[in-house]
Amino acid sequence: MAAARLSGLAVVAAVAACEHDEIALRALLDAVKDPELPVISIEELGVLREVQVDGDSVTVTITPTYSGCPAMATIEADIRAVLAAAGVAQLRVETVLNPPWTTDWMSAAAREKLRAYGIAPPVGRADADGGCALFAGAAPLVPCPRCRSSDTRRLSEFGSTACKAQYQCRACLEPFDYFKCL
Amino acid sequence: MSRDDTRQALAEYALRLGDNSLILGQRLSEWCSHAPQLEEDVALINIALDLVGQARALLSYAGELEGRGRGEDELAFLRDVREWRNLLLVEQPNGDFARTIARQLLFDCYAFELYRALSDSTDSQLAAIAAKSLKEVSYHRRHSVEWTLRLGDGTDESHRRMQAAIDDLWPYTGELFEADAVDAALIAAGIAPDPAELRAAWQASVSQVLARATLAQPESMGLLSGGRSGLHSEHLGHLLAEMQWLQRAYPGLQW
Repeated sequence: MAAARLSGLAVVAAVAACEHDEIALRALLDAVKDPELPVISIEELGVLREVQVDGDSVTVTITPTYSGCPAMATIEADIRAVLAAAGVAQLRVETVLNPPWTTDWMSAAAREKLRAYGIAPPVGRADADGGCALFAGAAPLVPCPRCRSSDTRRLSEFGSTACKAQYQCRACLEPFDYFKCL
Repeated sequence: MSRDDTRQALAEYALRLGDNSLILGQRLSEWCSHAPQLEEDVALINIALDLVGQARALLSYAGELEGRGRGEDELAFLRDVREWRNLLLVEQPNGDFARTIARQLLFDCYAFELYRALSDSTDSQLAAIAAKSLKEVSYHRRHSVEWTLRLGDGTDESHRRMQAAIDDLWPYTGELFEADAVDAALIAAGIAPDPAELRAAWQASVSQVLARATLAQPESMGLLSGGRSGLHSEHLGHLLAEMQWLQRAYPGLQW
């Protein structure tokens, strides 16, 4: 899928193939999305950590959102497809765990894309000590991504994927996913 | 102790941690489509997925350190019961929902303290896996704490079941804090914490939760142990039979 999107970027691809320029390669990798969040790129999500060019060989470093994120294999396959189509012959995709991924790496623009897609973006910043509290505090106040009402309630701290919680809006009654802070 | 001895001790240690995560993840996944409510089905499977993810990182690392060419898949699918190094607690059957929650509570409080300590390990890969896992375990612990409160301080029936579950599983908690030669080698190298030092923090968390849940803490620490030397309860073999049968029946099969 990611490779198919590439055709529109043929010019960039041609440049990248000749020079393996890091900026051009990053532009190409913008086509690679998290399959569970198809509106934001792996760079916007913070999964893409580094693109290193050394002569003909390219090393792309990624980090998982959650340890068991099943999307990592697809993301790696998509990276390989996009860069192979751009003429990168020697590619290494490395996975690192440190520093641990955090929602704080998501830009305001990426958060707005999530909201427009129907997923409430993380509210505030991941609190370094937030996880240390033994007893759960009040659920964060999460505005409804559809009607923007703040009159919402948490149904469960776990949702359709590891990174989401389930909420429901009391104003428009729609259930929705919340991308929880981590 | 030579560098190679420390490396082998670390391989064994990573294997123990990976086995805890994988067996508990496999146990929890048995709830898939059977949980008391849909949200809980989703929650338990999300937790199982985190645990299996952690296990993959730990078993891959164990295989790499061991240097015998075994990867995560060989370690997960081709070891027989005596070769498993997990704690007895994590292989205990799900039982009713209260029993599952009690097992998770006792383990999550332990995993939280362990990973917090391991985040400062002098071994950078173990520290990275621990720091990543700690974030997830925080969520898991909140989940088991909330349910313990709700069931313990709920109806007479839920209280009775929750108390019975805590009483039944308590004898398996002594093993969490045992140390052997592997631990000693890694403690000396600053790679792993002394399990005895995790005990006070674990005890404080569990006591607080049980008190608030109106549950009584069982009197004595039990003596059941053996998981880390491969002496398991009868339940592990059955779990492995289900988890491993595909690779046993069709060796090397891939998706």
